[in-house]
Amino acid sequence: MTAHEARSGGRLLRGAHRTLTGLHPVLESVLAAVLGLLVGALLMYIWGYDPWRAYWALFRGAYGGSYEIASSIARGVPLIFTALTFSICVRAGMFNIGAEGQMYVGAAAAVCVAYFKLPPGLHLLVGIAFAAIAGAIWSLGPALLKLTRGVNEVISTIMFNWISRFLVFYLVAYVLVDARQGQRTVQVPVSARFPILVRGTDLSYSVFLAVAFALFVYFLLWHTATGYEVRAAGLNPTAARYGGISINRTILLSFALGGVGAGLAGAATTMGLPPTYAIISGLPELMNLGFDGMAVAMMGRNHPIGILVAALFFGGLNAGGRVMQFYGSNPVPLEMVRVVMGAIVIAMAIPELVRVFPAIARSVRRLGGVFRRDRATEREGA
Amino acid sequence: MNWNYVLDLLRISLHAMVPITLTAIGEIIGETAGLFNIGLEGILLISAFVGALGAKAGGPVVGLLVGMGVGMVIGFVFSVICTYWKGTQMIAGIGINLFAMGFVAFGLIKLGAPGFHAVPAEAQLAKLQTPMGALSPLIFVALVVPFLAHWFLRRTRAGLILKAVGENPEAADVAGINVHLTRLLATTFGAALAGLAGAYLSVGWFGSVTKEISAGRGFIALATVVFSGLNPILGLVGGLIFGFFQSLATWIKTLPTKPIPWQFVDMLPYIVTLLVVSGVVGRVRFPKALGEPYKRE
Repeated sequence: MTAHEARSGGRLLRGAHRTLTGLHPVLESVLAAVLGLLVGALLMYIWGYDPWRAYWALFRGAYGGSYEIASSIARGVPLIFTALTFSICVRAGMFNIGAEGQMYVGAAAAVCVAYFKLPPGLHLLVGIAFAAIAGAIWSLGPALLKLTRGVNEVISTIMFNWISRFLVFYLVAYVLVDARQGQRTVQVPVSARFPILVRGTDLSYSVFLAVAFALFVYFLLWHTATGYEVRAAGLNPTAARYGGISINRTILLSFALGGVGAGLAGAATTMGLPPTYAIISGLPELMNLGFDGMAVAMMGRNHPIGILVAALFFGGLNAGGRVMQFYGSNPVPLEMVRVVMGAIVIAMAIPELVRVFPAIARSVRRLGGVFRRDRATEREGA
Repeated sequence: MNWNYVLDLLRISLHAMVPITLTAIGEIIGETAGLFNIGLEGILLISAFVGALGAKAGGPVVGLLVGMGVGMVIGFVFSVICTYWKGTQMIAGIGINLFAMGFVAFGLIKLGAPGFHAVPAEAQLAKLQTPMGALSPLIFVALVVPFLAHWFLRRTRAGLILKAVGENPEAADVAGINVHLTRLLATTFGAALAGLAGAYLSVGWFGSVTKEISAGRGFIALATVVFSGLNPILGLVGGLIFGFFQSLATWIKTLPTKPIPWQFVDMLPYIVTLLVVSGVVGRVRFPKALGEPYKRE
């Protein structure tokens, strides 16, 4: 091999390496997804299911056609909001597990629009505002406890989740209940519903609200002074404080904005997801959207754009899971999807996930070896 | 007011104290060594389910041991991720909780009835007849374990090593202590206690498994740890307080007159947890390196 050949080969390799490092976060998310699906497959196999057939049904149910893709997006919409709730607070240096409860409260507030009449567009906007405000107010509880008493937000948000759950149980059973249909609340009137975007599917205009909110969060966090302060406080609170940033303000702001997101998730579900347009007793349509959102946030690397992509994946899991649970003679229950999500999150906890796998690590080392030899050749040449 | 009602309340309180205390003591040991495990809720949930299966296969004692084993396995995985692989403890814990929710709901469906599975009477842990009525033997275990843990953490060399690793891992490392291994052992042992608590829920107390059997007890145990300031004796006190309010809620619901809607009664334990935690925070001090992965410079 002549020196020239080695150098050009090295340049190629270095280029590939640079691309790979740039794609590192994406690669890790993909790897985590693959790992999660493998864990799911293993469990299905142990429990006596055919994982291959199940995943095939899931995949076809999620992305097999335009109807399926539309449902996947529809299922992903609330997850975008709750994922943003989690991510905003992570960027501010906190673990806000409260999206679940804030979403319940937001959904209950959105249903309240059924009690008055307004022109179509305005009615919808008022409902959105109700949900956003309710979510933000509910999120202030943990934020204030953290500011005034130093209570760890993980504990307080979980307690608020349980409290709001029983509060909304109560509201559904006694206050917002439909007099004719005791098992659900009053329905959101047509004038306050998100119009359906693709006829015959669950996909409504709420998807635009979700994307707009994600872009808003992106703009706020990365292109404004306030967002810079929030992120600085998250990276290093002590340094940020010395830099004149009010940590109290960033905590309050990120919690409130997160609460808005979670409230909107409630609105998107009750006002934008056919067919009930109401909260059913036991909250089956809402349950766990907040927790699933955390998985979306982590897979999306706590970045609004990443979240949009991850939500499409998890929405697909949810939509496809609904198909999977009725597929074949031995259908796999929908709950499998959450097992996969959990495994993905556990995998995402590992930094440098790529390195955990010896095979990949070895190839990386070999690549490094090539570089070193290449550099040595260059030095010799010089 | 009937005395029997009061006695009932006390008895349920003691039963409700067990899972919170055991889980909290386990977490106190883990946090002393520097690992913050918010996956306790998931450990309770999975070990309640798998422990019930074990009890059905081999009797109540096997069930409890299986629960402990499952707790250890999850704790081991968690601590390998968070020590050797330098993972983020919060995220790994959240992952465990999500995984557990799916796993147990899935398993319950697989067993037949979605959401509910009864443990047969012969597989349940027999209760001891005492002057106070029938009490689970694990109540006595939960009353003794905190004192043992206190002795272990304050009076033994191993306890001191745990503390060193949690407070200043660099110094511990320089002194020749294997930081990762110490943390791994402490957290795995702590998770075993959580596993025992989980198995107790299904095998020793409720006699059934539901997909929400843990009902936030893992997080209430975390609150207990905050309350205790990593002192196991105070952990027991916290367990008694939270256990009392949990059973107060259950007890109010059994009253013949329904004074308040059940939804508000069910909020009680969580509201009390918030109040207690916000009352004590600021007074307690936690290990310096808590929650931080240890990386050698």
